[in-house]
Amino acid sequence: MEATLKQYSRPVDEVAEVKHTTCYMCACRCGIRVHLRDGEVRYIDGNPDHPLNNGVICAKGASGIMKQYSPARLTQPLLRRPGSERGAGEFDPISWEDAFTMLAERLGHIRATDPRKFALFTGRDQMQALTGMFARQFGTPNYAAHGGFCSVNMAAGMIYTIGGSFWEFGGPDLDRAKLFVMIGTAEDHHSNPMKIAISKFKRAGGKFISINPVRTGYSAIADEWIAIKPGTDGALILALIHELIAAGLYDRDFLVRYSNAGQLVSRKADSDEFGLFVEDKESDPINPMYPQNKLWWDRFTDRPVATHSEGADPFLLGDFTLADGTPVAPAFQLLKERTEDYTAEWAADITGIPAETIRRLAFEMGITARDQKIELPIAWTDSWGKEHKTVRGNPVAFHAMRGLAAHSNGFQTIRALSILMSILGTIDRPGGFRHKAPFPRAIPPSAKPPSSPDAVKPNTPLGGMPLGWPASPDDLFVDDQGNPVRIDKGFSWEAPLSVHGMMHNVITNAWRGDPYPIDTLLLFMANMAWNSTMNTSEVRKMLIDRNEDGEYKIPFLVVCDAFQSETTAFADLILPDTTYLERHDVMSMLDRPISEFDGPVDSVRIPVLPPTGECRPFQEVLIELASRLKFPAFTGPNGERKFKDYPDFVVNYETEPGSGIGFLAGWRGVNGDKAMKGEPNPRQWDMYAKNNCVFHHVLPPSYQYMRNWNQGYMEWAQRMRIRRFADPILINIYSDVLQKFRLAAQGKRSGKQPPDHLRERIETYFDPLPYYYEPLESQMTDGIRYPLNAVTQRPMAMYHSWDSQNAWLRQIHAHNYLYLNPRLAQSKGIADGDWIWVESMWGKVRCMCRYSESVEPGTVWTWNAIGKASGAWNLTGDANESQKGFLLNHLISEELPVQADGRRHSNSDPITGQAAWYDVRVNIRKADEPGDDHSWPQFDPMKKIAKADNTQRHQMAYRKTAGGRK
Amino acid sequence: MTQLALVIDLNVCVGCHACVTSCKSWNTSGAAGPLSDQNPYDADPTGTFFNRVQTFEVGEFPNTETVHFPKSCLHCEEPPCVPVCPTGASYKRESDGIVLVDYDKCIGCSYCAWACPYGARELDESRQEMSKCTLCVDRIDNELLPPQDRRPACVMACPTNARLFGDVHDEHSEVSIAIRERAGYQLMPEWGTQPANHYLPRRKVEIRVDNDQLTRSDNPLNIDRRLPQPRLEEPSLDDSTSW
Repeated sequence: MEATLKQYSRPVDEVAEVKHTTCYMCACRCGIRVHLRDGEVRYIDGNPDHPLNNGVICAKGASGIMKQYSPARLTQPLLRRPGSERGAGEFDPISWEDAFTMLAERLGHIRATDPRKFALFTGRDQMQALTGMFARQFGTPNYAAHGGFCSVNMAAGMIYTIGGSFWEFGGPDLDRAKLFVMIGTAEDHHSNPMKIAISKFKRAGGKFISINPVRTGYSAIADEWIAIKPGTDGALILALIHELIAAGLYDRDFLVRYSNAGQLVSRKADSDEFGLFVEDKESDPINPMYPQNKLWWDRFTDRPVATHSEGADPFLLGDFTLADGTPVAPAFQLLKERTEDYTAEWAADITGIPAETIRRLAFEMGITARDQKIELPIAWTDSWGKEHKTVRGNPVAFHAMRGLAAHSNGFQTIRALSILMSILGTIDRPGGFRHKAPFPRAIPPSAKPPSSPDAVKPNTPLGGMPLGWPASPDDLFVDDQGNPVRIDKGFSWEAPLSVHGMMHNVITNAWRGDPYPIDTLLLFMANMAWNSTMNTSEVRKMLIDRNEDGEYKIPFLVVCDAFQSETTAFADLILPDTTYLERHDVMSMLDRPISEFDGPVDSVRIPVLPPTGECRPFQEVLIELASRLKFPAFTGPNGERKFKDYPDFVVNYETEPGSGIGFLAGWRGVNGDKAMKGEPNPRQWDMYAKNNCVFHHVLPPSYQYMRNWNQGYMEWAQRMRIRRFADPILINIYSDVLQKFRLAAQGKRSGKQPPDHLRERIETYFDPLPYYYEPLESQMTDGIRYPLNAVTQRPMAMYHSWDSQNAWLRQIHAHNYLYLNPRLAQSKGIADGDWIWVESMWGKVRCMCRYSESVEPGTVWTWNAIGKASGAWNLTGDANESQKGFLLNHLISEELPVQADGRRHSNSDPITGQAAWYDVRVNIRKADEPGDDHSWPQFDPMKKIAKADNTQRHQMAYRKTAGGRK
Repeated sequence: MTQLALVIDLNVCVGCHACVTSCKSWNTSGAAGPLSDQNPYDADPTGTFFNRVQTFEVGEFPNTETVHFPKSCLHCEEPPCVPVCPTGASYKRESDGIVLVDYDKCIGCSYCAWACPYGARELDESRQEMSKCTLCVDRIDNELLPPQDRRPACVMACPTNARLFGDVHDEHSEVSIAIRERAGYQLMPEWGTQPANHYLPRRKVEIRVDNDQLTRSDNPLNIDRRLPQPRLEEPSLDDSTSW
């Protein structure tokens, strides 16, 4: 061995300095160890003591070093050169002080006159607690993060049904599941924990089924791959529900006690109460926001009784008549009727999956759930005071993500999935779906958006949360005529439950001045001039379009990013952000923490390197601006600055004076001996640093399951102020929230009314029971001309657009292909590797194709965001990403075609406003003209904005000998 | 005699490339580096990697398998790359069977790469030296590292724990047990190279559904379904037959 090492003039027996922080190469947030040599990053690996990743790391995380030293780093504030055109990419350096002065003046004026004219929208940030607070303190309604164009249907569909959702809010318990069904997921959210769990699950002998149009990523190791046509998952799931009910393979006991399946719904057609749960006006609703005085029809006494009455057991099926003559039925009866026609044969035609496969799938789920029950010797008490000696579970687990969510029928599809999981009896039980703190939350959660334009006032914080969870039409953020208050039209009748906003419509709406023009748009870490926008080519034009007076239609565009994205070229002011290795961050319980099934977890980033150049963390920019603009939460009684910097803010900010609730839940209290809630602790950061940057509060086993209805957990959560109420959260098999919107549309409900042109739309889609409809764009597309579905997937080695600047990761994906089934390709005379045109009703792209047997023949697909604009991310103009790579977004519109009445709707789910990326329909043909040898469209090469030389002053040892740049 | 090796479990490998870049990251700044990149930010980027994942498809739709196949030096027990080396740079370490290159002796002639039937060696374009997987000798030999870190970077990184590392000559080792019990196999054994690295094949789990599982007395429909009860006065056979 000695000979081996000795001959190297390279490091031997090296022990580097190791610092701990949290990864940010994707949204997963693994614990990492950063190994430093002479103050520079030598190596990054996983932190073995971190609960999220247990020491493992992914391709992106292991390449973090190449992001830190990327040539695309922005290193100084830049101002668009006076007289130059926006988009031309000509900038002059500006000092931070001048940038702050300019911003404070402009924003101060807006805040004092019309706060709506400032809009703040953020991308894949992990600081929504702060950005949302900044917007609220500013007083603008125009704030959201990227959830509206990402996966809000998944959050909303599940939270409005079971009070929790996949990803950081909950997930499959693969330690105990026997059957795992993954639908519409390639490699997506929560990637390392999911990989760890799938591997353990498979080694333990469980069966893994993947339902997806494409077999890549996790699906590759599935025991069974079921190819499905995009956008038809709802049909499959409804058919599974049909087959399970028909065979009696549902967990009756679970549904009775823990869902609203047995609650009686009024069927009195001419009544304003039609479709609502009958409430016993005589008894105590307990909580008027979430009334509990509903009725069952008791089997033993054959009469209506209060739900959960001792000794009673409700009929789940049947029709009954109350004493006052009101016809009623249990919610489960309505579900059974709804799914009556959704047979396996019906779904087979729609999904492309044989009926016998659907039926077998239902039986495998139902029989595994029923016959392989788990029983853990954990005593617990339910919300009605009944003591249970054990926790039981049915070991069938699911995971789903954007394949279901990113369709305009996604909300109802995900409602159906949540109901499927519920009738199998798998919610917050071992082997099924399990919540993560702060979930479960009420259905819907109690935070509400403002409900009137009066919430917006000059020099005043917004009168409500910028984002929230409407429980009825009265919670909508509309004016007296029912028109939207927000620039993205969120929480309006066009998308009432748009709980994450609708960032994909912001630029178009602002450009059109509909509902009103704005002045300043601040984008943080969102590539809205490229892969994060629909209709990319047109949106780029909107960003440089001017009014007749010569002013840009969006007058001032501020972009904060660490890298030279496509969007930076369109900025009037660029604010250079730090990388994740140079900053403090919190994965906060107020935002999207990294909790585990067994209890709350939050974590932090602590800088391991000083900022590069003049970079400043965006949080510091917000706190500086908030202080200069004298926001109440950021200034003292005499207008003096309250927080020195972001770390100081994190330690000392409390949601209300003395609330004891802050951005971090760990080591609170003056001595750091309190968890979840307690006074600010001046040494909180040190304590996180000493503990792997992570705080993990493990709940006692009796609080780890059945949390929707677990008295002990609920009371603990209430004491810790995780929850306002300790009421049980019954699963919404039937959604009276949706029915209230439908009644309003039918004119049967007092309070807010939809504008007439939206009545039919609301009435149609706000169905209290899940149903299947063809995605909206498909309904409006000539299916003969555009017969194919086109979708994207995220590759495991790239996080959206972030990693083309990464010399190692771009060697894995330098450009993308369109993957086609050979049978489809050959029918069009297309050979493997040919250049082809892909055309939708909105536009066309030219790209290269690859044959693949791993895709169903009606679908074509590609990797997301590999294609880049020429020169962006400081790649050379001839880089593969721009010359061979392509972006599917050019084929996708942010709006649907013009309707007969001349109006256009967002290309979104009509319930949640979720961007319907995967609804687009295309055709393909061979590109065989001369010159068809590079991707199209092309844009003028982007000028070099990043001053890479600054970042490269200290070069890595390897780069001194590497090829380096030409 | 010890023979260190990797056993790669294709049953759980999802093709995430964590092993690829963690290897690059460790080794480019380590004893076996640097691993150079050509055109890192230009057209057709390429560079030296000790470990790559190939993905291929087997079968025709819908009976398609997508296989992710990580590949690096297999540390053959009879390595054809060693005898062909004109300078003695390519050698097999006696203490643990790892196949290594002595850079001081390597003249970059590439004979070894030609001899290797697995394509596991890469000539570093910048250094003009032959490079390959070392099983991270500068980790496993480094006694200053905590014992649990004295493992190859790829093994520590792998999120699905698809990469097992150990002594395939020790019948009690995790890797030997995996090979024995889970049908571990070598690549192209017919070449007689006796690769030390092994692969574990895919396994399928099926669920069997029997009819008697679908027709049971505890079917909850029996609780809720009220059978139709005709009115007494409705016509019946009793009204029309007499015997």
